[in-house]
Amino acid sequence: MSDPITSIGNWIENLLVSLGTSPGLTVLILTALGVLVVISFVLVLDILLVWVERKIVARFQDRLGPNRVGPFGLIQPIADVIKLIIKEDTIPAGADKVVFNLAPVIALVAVLLIWAVVPFTPTLVGADISVGVLYIVAVGGIGTVAIIMAGWASNNKFALLGAFRTVAQIVSYEIPLVIALLVPVLLARTMSVQGIVANQEIWYIVTAPVAAAILLISGIAEIGRTPFDLLEAESEIVAGFHIEYSGMKFGLFYAGELLHALTIGALFSTLFLGGWRGPFVDQFPILGIFYLFIKAFFVYFLIMWIRYTLPRIRIDHMLNFNWKFLTPLAIVVLMITAITDKLLENVSGFGYTVIMLGVNILIVWITLIILRSYSSREREKVGEPRPVANVDVSNTAPGEGTPSTSSTG
Amino acid sequence: MVPISWYLIFAAALFCIGLFGVLARKNAIAILMGIELMLNAVNINLVAFWRYGTPRDISGQAFAVMVFAVAAAEVAVGLALFISVYRRRRTVAADEIDLLKW
Amino acid sequence: MTIDQILFILVAAATLGAALLVVTSRNLIHAALWLIVSLFGISIFYVFLNAGFLAVVQVVVYIGAIAILMIFAIMLTRRVADTPGPRFNSNWIWAVLISVVLFGTISWIISSWPGINGTKPGLVEAFDPVQKLGVALVSPEAYVIPFELASVLLLAALIGAIIVAWERE
Repeated sequence: MSDPITSIGNWIENLLVSLGTSPGLTVLILTALGVLVVISFVLVLDILLVWVERKIVARFQDRLGPNRVGPFGLIQPIADVIKLIIKEDTIPAGADKVVFNLAPVIALVAVLLIWAVVPFTPTLVGADISVGVLYIVAVGGIGTVAIIMAGWASNNKFALLGAFRTVAQIVSYEIPLVIALLVPVLLARTMSVQGIVANQEIWYIVTAPVAAAILLISGIAEIGRTPFDLLEAESEIVAGFHIEYSGMKFGLFYAGELLHALTIGALFSTLFLGGWRGPFVDQFPILGIFYLFIKAFFVYFLIMWIRYTLPRIRIDHMLNFNWKFLTPLAIVVLMITAITDKLLENVSGFGYTVIMLGVNILIVWITLIILRSYSSREREKVGEPRPVANVDVSNTAPGEGTPSTSSTG
Repeated sequence: MVPISWYLIFAAALFCIGLFGVLARKNAIAILMGIELMLNAVNINLVAFWRYGTPRDISGQAFAVMVFAVAAAEVAVGLALFISVYRRRRTVAADEIDLLKW
Repeated sequence: MTIDQILFILVAAATLGAALLVVTSRNLIHAALWLIVSLFGISIFYVFLNAGFLAVVQVVVYIGAIAILMIFAIMLTRRVADTPGPRFNSNWIWAVLISVVLFGTISWIISSWPGINGTKPGLVEAFDPVQKLGVALVSPEAYVIPFELASVLLLAALIGAIIVAWERE
């Protein structure tokens, strides 16, 4: 009874074989069942996330949050869903109907597809493909297509502008994301996500903290949360690419965004915080799900904390930050990790981790020195007193003009 | 079991559809889409021959990766050219860009 | 008809149908979206051919980058009047003829090849082409030179595209 889910799977498989179905069909039915179970689990968690989000934002803002509908406001998300479903389903005039209706579905599907490669327990993973990490990047690309479809099909200039900006941000921040994803791949020697978790006796956040930080920042930019949420801020671009969406279609976008945040949390915990690892996981593999979701929710809390504390970044600052700081830093981290890994070929375990950690601290130190010199140069440029206008008194008519003030520069 | 002929005929059909797109369409970006279809058909051919012929020798996949890189580079430069042409001549129809015609 | 064959026929039909719609769509954005569908179909074929890495790279490079770039270019080069003009130029009948003749010729040549009905050789259990591909792309006896040349090509395309599309103020 230590691994109930695999036992149930085996029992269903034996049942189907005894009923005489061909092996191909058995695999198909089991896979379909697995997909159904994972999707239902994740979507139910998504509804819970609506409640978590509203309660925690309320506490950050020193108020209580929903507490009328059900105990502690737990039924509030159901009320939200009912409200969204009974709203009128409008399509703007001149919009492209099929593309307009398809965009929110594809946006949500693109997030759900990532859960196919997240390992829940040592024996339970949707699809243990050998290129799992690259698959995650690919699915992010599909989300981008959904956003362009939404922006274009709305027949609305602001939606189109919002879609352009969103795609620019997502495509720009994909680069440090991919490079930061490569660091655990390098440390674990495999691109399969289950393999990366299996190789993490010491969590990779200790071995590669800078890469973890870059992954977190790029992940927050990818999902479009503050401080990178210029794309959907009401005061800036009137909700961006989902202006024209109302009712359940908007609900799908909103749920997709929350789920994407939890997915980034799950990814971060899988790649850097050890995934399903924890005490007693070898004897009771089912505990793996529990540990994974504790870590995922902790990272989700971190993302929310950042969201409700920091102000929004302007779009040119955001792009500068990506191309002039994050991408060079990510490339440097990858190169130095690869070189150090090669040099440490014969060192293993604890010594390896300590030296990697030292190298990362060195990188942070040097980055801070460079940033400090850059910012002090900036301060000199701005801090100089500006020359005041030099009015020439000798040429003015008599009775006019005040005595000139010479420049004080 | 799927014999290799099916893959080859599928790739040939895709190539010919792309060829039709290149030869018959007016808009320059639609021509570029036809070129993309042709490059993908070639890639399918390469990988099918790799899988059915010599799966131990990774050359087929290596060349498919080269074709990916070349296709990406070509699309980037091509679209930059079209945008630049559009700025000067306000059109991307291939038969209206004929200043060099004698 | 085994299940492989049924799946192959379904995906091939979908991909070829989407490709036909790409070359005959009046609305360019619809053509771009159908192109995304056919590129996705090709990615499924790579999975059938045990080239999983190529399947994922196809989605990342083609759908995630090239198709989006095309959609942006279409939106930036639309005329204000926005009525799409005639789809085909005056030679479209010749184009149909050439395509059909070429397809017939290639099919005839393929069918007269002796290895035509070859089936897939079986694979060893621990078949991991990803590692072999990685080693082949950087090993001096294999494909490191094309790999480096491809990097230089991409760099040249990057710089060239920026310079060509630069707005001259």
